[in-house]
Amino acid sequence: MRATVPVLLALLLVAVMVVAAGIGPYAIAPLEILGAVIRRAGGGEMDAAETVLFQIRLPRVLAAALVGAALSAAGAAYQSLFRNPLVSPDILGVSSGAGFGAVLGILLGLSVAAIQLLAFAGGLATVAVVATLARALRGGDLLVLVLSGIVVGALASAAISLVKVLADPYDQLPAITFWLLGSLAGVTPADVAAVLPFVVVGLLPLVLLRWRIGVLSLGDDEARALGVEAGPLRAAVIGAATLITASAVAVSGVVGWVGLMVPHMARLLVGPRFDRLLPASVLVGATFMVAADTLARSLAQVEVPLGVLTALIGGPTFVWLLARSRRRHLP
Amino acid sequence: MSVIAAEALSIGYGSTVVASDIDLTIEAGSVTCLIGPNGAGKTTLFKTMLGLIPPLGGLINVDGAPIGRLKRAEIAHHVAYVPQAQFSEFAFTVLDLVVMGRTAHLGLFAAPRQTDVDAAMSALERLGIASLAERDIRRISGGQRQLALIARALVQEAALIVMDEPTASLDLGNRLLVLDTIRSLAVAGPAVLVSTHEPEQAFAIADQVALLGRGTGCEVGPVDTVLTADRLSRLYGTALLVEATPSGRRVVGAALDDPLSAPSAGS
Repeated sequence: MRATVPVLLALLLVAVMVVAAGIGPYAIAPLEILGAVIRRAGGGEMDAAETVLFQIRLPRVLAAALVGAALSAAGAAYQSLFRNPLVSPDILGVSSGAGFGAVLGILLGLSVAAIQLLAFAGGLATVAVVATLARALRGGDLLVLVLSGIVVGALASAAISLVKVLADPYDQLPAITFWLLGSLAGVTPADVAAVLPFVVVGLLPLVLLRWRIGVLSLGDDEARALGVEAGPLRAAVIGAATLITASAVAVSGVVGWVGLMVPHMARLLVGPRFDRLLPASVLVGATFMVAADTLARSLAQVEVPLGVLTALIGGPTFVWLLARSRRRHLP
Repeated sequence: MSVIAAEALSIGYGSTVVASDIDLTIEAGSVTCLIGPNGAGKTTLFKTMLGLIPPLGGLINVDGAPIGRLKRAEIAHHVAYVPQAQFSEFAFTVLDLVVMGRTAHLGLFAAPRQTDVDAAMSALERLGIASLAERDIRRISGGQRQLALIARALVQEAALIVMDEPTASLDLGNRLLVLDTIRSLAVAGPAVLVSTHEPEQAFAIADQVALLGRGTGCEVGPVDTVLTADRLSRLYGTALLVEATPSGRRVVGAALDDPLSAPSAGS
């Protein structure tokens, strides 16, 4: 039973991706999509439907799956690390830092690729500052780490506001606002190819250390008494989760709720053991994000910002999870 | 054969010494009770013996090697820890919790195999709580949780199990069950070092007693020579009596005749 859950989740993800790739102004039936993918493997010229599919739809669906998987994996890792189910990947300020990098890039009128690079670098740099600050204040204290994250994140948010004030209100400000709300509109195959390696490299330590990360959620003293080097393990997890989150945010902008909510849903399905939680979170997160992004681009004539939609879905879902936990504990 | 030996040990946090001059040797297969008032440093001593905080002075040898030279997994092979309370935010099952005791025996990148799960199940069976294997650790009784933590220490296969007040906040039935379990453990294998606030528990289960006073060092020896009315009275700063019941059980109580006068220090 337990082994079949990830298989079912993987099948669900593939099904949702195929259906999502067919939805849009130019509708494509699921069987046609499968046929086109198989033909494409053989090479040759693309017809109109195939161009839509391979240049626009599939890159966007893949990007959504990648971002959803990345944010959910980072969220699950942070929740175990901080022994707190209410922690999201933003806890150490990665999103605020990435946001500052991106809005700075927009203010300077840089290219899309450069903006993404600045967002990525901003996310990594912010968490590096947070970790260094916490270490200087009191090494190894989890609470000091979280408080440092809140402080540095607030500074980054203030910097974002300052850039907004300075930005050209007719041209740059809408672009900044749109980026901060999160969107996958305009994602190219090159974006997916650029982000994928970073997400994979970031996921690797989480996969390898899957058992120990779960043990660490018992607390430092217990984990160490069980033979886990808590300090180096925590550093590895923070590094990996930051890399994953910064990569995702660089391509999608700030998309909230997913990294907080999806691990809860996954825990309902497979329990809290991180070796089971990680694959389930990756699959649920990818599925959720593909579905949410498909709604974002097909609900109305204009795109609904992805961050708005995930909050609209995530808020009520979280309330439902909390209501459930009146009888049972938080999942 | 000693499994752990502390010599002229000073313990504490940072530059604050909590207790010093501790000489404590624990033999394989023995039960040692650590008794002391609140704040004497019982938990600090445990954390030092587990290598969680460094000694401020003196030596701790684990299986002949200084504890500071050992890696975390190596210490875990020798010393297991049963914490006073275990609170998790997450709904781990009892079996999950016990399997975590195998961590030191797994490779850095490995997850437990079926043999580890089997070892955890047989530990649960040995402690009579196999039926709880799939239960949420937050939704079992305090006594059951203590037994689960003892099971986790067992699968760690360490030569010494350190238990921090395992009977605190347990009801009478669970307290007796846990004490009985501790006594039967040591007969079969690992030595046990257990802290308690109740000297009577030491009479019931201990081979050796360590009295840790506030700033008065640590007195170690057989139960009968160390646990005297005088020593206990001094330790807790109140006049106490040790009396034998008609069945031969020894109990400790206040010296009711004159509760305010402390006994003379020398007698």
